[in-house]
Amino acid sequence: MSLAAKGVEFIDYITRKAGYENKWIVLRDAETDPSYGKLPYERSIEEHISYGVINLDKPPGPTSHEVVAWVKKLFNIDKAGHGGTLEPVSAGKPQSDRRPTGGS
Amino acid sequence: MTGVLPVGLDNSTKVIGNVVHSVKEYVMVIQFHGDVEIGKLVEALKYFTGEIYQRPPLRSSVKRVLRTRRIHEIELLDFKDRFALVRASCDPGTYMRKLAHDIGLYTGVGAHMRELRRTRTGPYREDETLVKLQDVSEALYLWRVEKDERMLRRVILPVETAVTHLPKIVINDLAVDAIAHGASLAAPGVVRLTDNVSAGATVAVFTLKGELVALAKALKNAREIAGMGRGIIARTKRVLMPTGVYPRFWKTGERAG
Repeated sequence: MSLAAKGVEFIDYITRKAGYENKWIVLRDAETDPSYGKLPYERSIEEHISYGVINLDKPPGPTSHEVVAWVKKLFNIDKAGHGGTLEPVSAGKPQSDRRPTGGS
Repeated sequence: MTGVLPVGLDNSTKVIGNVVHSVKEYVMVIQFHGDVEIGKLVEALKYFTGEIYQRPPLRSSVKRVLRTRRIHEIELLDFKDRFALVRASCDPGTYMRKLAHDIGLYTGVGAHMRELRRTRTGPYREDETLVKLQDVSEALYLWRVEKDERMLRRVILPVETAVTHLPKIVINDLAVDAIAHGASLAAPGVVRLTDNVSAGATVAVFTLKGELVALAKALKNAREIAGMGRGIIARTKRVLMPTGVYPRFWKTGERAG
């Protein structure tokens, strides 16, 4: 199988796993050069972390932001973010002031 | 709240915010403040399916104007004494606490949300990929101490999983570095695209190897793009791919593709 075919197969695979489907319109034939870039599942573990997402089961108690802070600490990274709800911590309000939300 | 909370690490932080805008599904325990006939409850759930009006609660970060939200489905899973267990799928930005309260008003006895678990947020669901903080911690230990990275590879998903729900455009090698530099996407760079690409929609731009390059805003529909020999078809919004990973095939002042 060509590298480009493997790339598209990867996109289709993760899409199906998530319960969606890609209906492709193919415009032109193209191949990709193996000497740069790589298939996402061939990333080194460090790259995999840096370009990774955790589908985390949020425990009861801490806020989503507190959970993200823990994850940052665990991995010893500066940046992490969550895709939970659009509820940024209002400016100037310490975390301790906020009760864990019951979701939006 | 417990349940599905996708956390983007390091570089993935840039695109994880996008899943906030996708469909949510919750399982919720509603506690009624009086006795409710099951018929009345079913009627209430039916009433709140479809377009509903919601004013964001006081302690919310969005403007408190009355807005409509769509509840796609509400399913009664269990009902005992004054407790109802329901599954609801809804638009992003729907307040479940508010919904429980309003269902209580409809039944005439009042109610509030007792417990909430998110079972889905866009592409992330309650499936074998859902892990606990303990699992993350253990996987890191195995990697750091035992030099075994297998569990960590299972616990962490590639960033590409965060955009599976979006329309997609796959570009050729020649266009990648220009997009990485923030350039708009021109028609000749497109190799294939999904038929649901529509003007104004956020789309995910991939390399032929399946790497996420950027999120972009499509300017045309899929069918229009398919018929274009040249011209800009999408504006790059958020870049994930670092510059220089793919060679620089473009020159200043020239278009990619």
